[in-house]
Amino acid sequence: MRAFYLLLKVAAILVWSAFVIAPFLWALTTSFKTANGVTGGPTYIPWVDYQPSLAAWQGLFGSGAGSIDIVGPFISSVMVTLSASLVSLVLGTLAAYGLSRFSYKAGPVGNSDLTFFFVSQRIMPPVVLAIPFFLMLGWLGLLDTVLGLIIVYVALLLPIAVWVMVDFFNTIPKELDETAMIDGCTPIEAFWRVILPNAVPGLVVAGIFCIIFGWNDFFFAFTLTFTQTQLLPVAIVSLNSSVTPWWSLSASALISVTPLIVVAFLVERYLDKGSIGGRK
Amino acid sequence: MTYRINNLCVRQGTETHLDGITLDLPLSGVVTVMGRTLAGKTTLLKVLAGLQAPDSGTLERDGRNLLAIPAWRRRVGMVYQQFVNYPHLSVRENIVFPLKRAGLSADAIARKLGYVTELLGLGELLRRRPAELSGGQQQRVALARSLVKDTEFLLLDEPLVSLDYKLREQLRDELRRIFRDGGDRLVVYATTDPLEAMIMQGQVILLHEGKVVQAGDCRDVYRRPANTTAATIFSDPPMNLVKGEIADGHLRIGVGVGSDVPLHFRDLPRGAYLFGIRASDVELGGSGIGARVALAEINGSTTVLHLELPFGDMVLLMEGVHPHAIGDQVALNLPPSRFFAFDADSQNLVAAPPVD
Repeated sequence: MRAFYLLLKVAAILVWSAFVIAPFLWALTTSFKTANGVTGGPTYIPWVDYQPSLAAWQGLFGSGAGSIDIVGPFISSVMVTLSASLVSLVLGTLAAYGLSRFSYKAGPVGNSDLTFFFVSQRIMPPVVLAIPFFLMLGWLGLLDTVLGLIIVYVALLLPIAVWVMVDFFNTIPKELDETAMIDGCTPIEAFWRVILPNAVPGLVVAGIFCIIFGWNDFFFAFTLTFTQTQLLPVAIVSLNSSVTPWWSLSASALISVTPLIVVAFLVERYLDKGSIGGRK
Repeated sequence: MTYRINNLCVRQGTETHLDGITLDLPLSGVVTVMGRTLAGKTTLLKVLAGLQAPDSGTLERDGRNLLAIPAWRRRVGMVYQQFVNYPHLSVRENIVFPLKRAGLSADAIARKLGYVTELLGLGELLRRRPAELSGGQQQRVALARSLVKDTEFLLLDEPLVSLDYKLREQLRDELRRIFRDGGDRLVVYATTDPLEAMIMQGQVILLHEGKVVQAGDCRDVYRRPANTTAATIFSDPPMNLVKGEIADGHLRIGVGVGSDVPLHFRDLPRGAYLFGIRASDVELGGSGIGARVALAEINGSTTVLHLELPFGDMVLLMEGVHPHAIGDQVALNLPPSRFFAFDADSQNLVAAPPVD
């Protein structure tokens, strides 16, 4: 009976793994095909089924006809995502600590309302925000710039950081802050020396969420830029013409997903080391 | 040369946590704050520590306003009921944390660390993280951190309540030894357990619903509780209270149970009273009052019986293990010489049994 359950478990894991990995393998083989290789029926094994070609990959870094330069958008995307995530994490953590530890009262408005106000920024559909953002960036002269996108992305990512960190700080007992103050820390030192080191797991989770949401955004990257600045998701979509170039789309999709995979592996290693103990 | 607390009030929303506390505390020694859960013990300690600002009232040491000094400069130590240590630091780093904050030299830190580690037997645990320690060890670390620094007063908020029975007894004895040799600091010890208060000796302050019910030497408070509230807080199990009267040279409780008026009630005028008798003074046997056992508990070396009497419930505590089944009929003897008498209306003490 036990062996049967084990078999069932292994089978389930295999099915799920195939489900997750297959699209990547598909994209990987497709990225090494030419137009004929893609449209000529299903083929899987390189050199046997089809003749691999680097054309799609060269097209992403070249300057010839039908090719784009993906390096520029990639760097812009990294800059925008990392800067916006960092700013959101810093501001969000400070805001969340305040909301978790001190009570604010303005008439009927209290802490939970403020927290909800932050989170509510993500409830409405992005379209609602597109026009105001467009106008505001226009006034500031920041349309079609990396800085403008960073500001907008902070607005988008801050609620996520606040939300995750408020929850996390609420799990850290208030007595820990109090003990730190009794032991000679000012409130800011208590935050910096005691609470923050114990909030690292929360910071990691909030940081990952920020990076994922920032990296994957297409809508604002699309509406707030024209020619000077381009982010990766927009560059990838712009590959599309009258013929869908599956081969270069596959190659660029793989490039696009690589940083997230790297982040996932780094975080997994970190969590492995023991986030429970806090700082190493 | 005292701490002077005057008319301290703490309210939160519609709740009143402290309601006009006025007290004088000595500069050294042990003061036990007793009261049930939510009586205001923790709030009082937090105000003393500087963690909670009172809505009104003053707190002074030799005329110096302590309320103006924030917690991080007030030179206090505090130990919580939950074991609060810094999870990200080792035991050693936990203990020296306040010393480093105070900017002591490496020499002084090493000396103080050595002293306090030996005092609390933490030598072998210095490299571990708090999460790797048992509850008793964690509380020792918290205690070490509060003892290692130079403090004017030390606040302990039910420090033993989360420990198991055996550890509690062991650590309680250690605490008494530490406080006795502890030198020139005031120790404020909050507890719900009268036994702990008696063991700590010194002054006791009874809190109830944010007010001081009674303050004084613990033996005096035990012998002469000011009213029925003090009597029930400062005895465990709570003192039994029964309605009765003194009339025609007789003392009556309930219906038809009478006896001669004991010596210490001789001067009381006739009338209705609330009589109190400690659970440990209720005796079994004789041709006394009939009662039914509602619940029998055996706690270590003592037996506690919850009894149903015709005129109310009563608790009996006796040394030794005496098994009784629920529903058993027993005969009780209530020695009037051990009775306390409280005024039937004001519930204040009017007469207490003499000290043996």
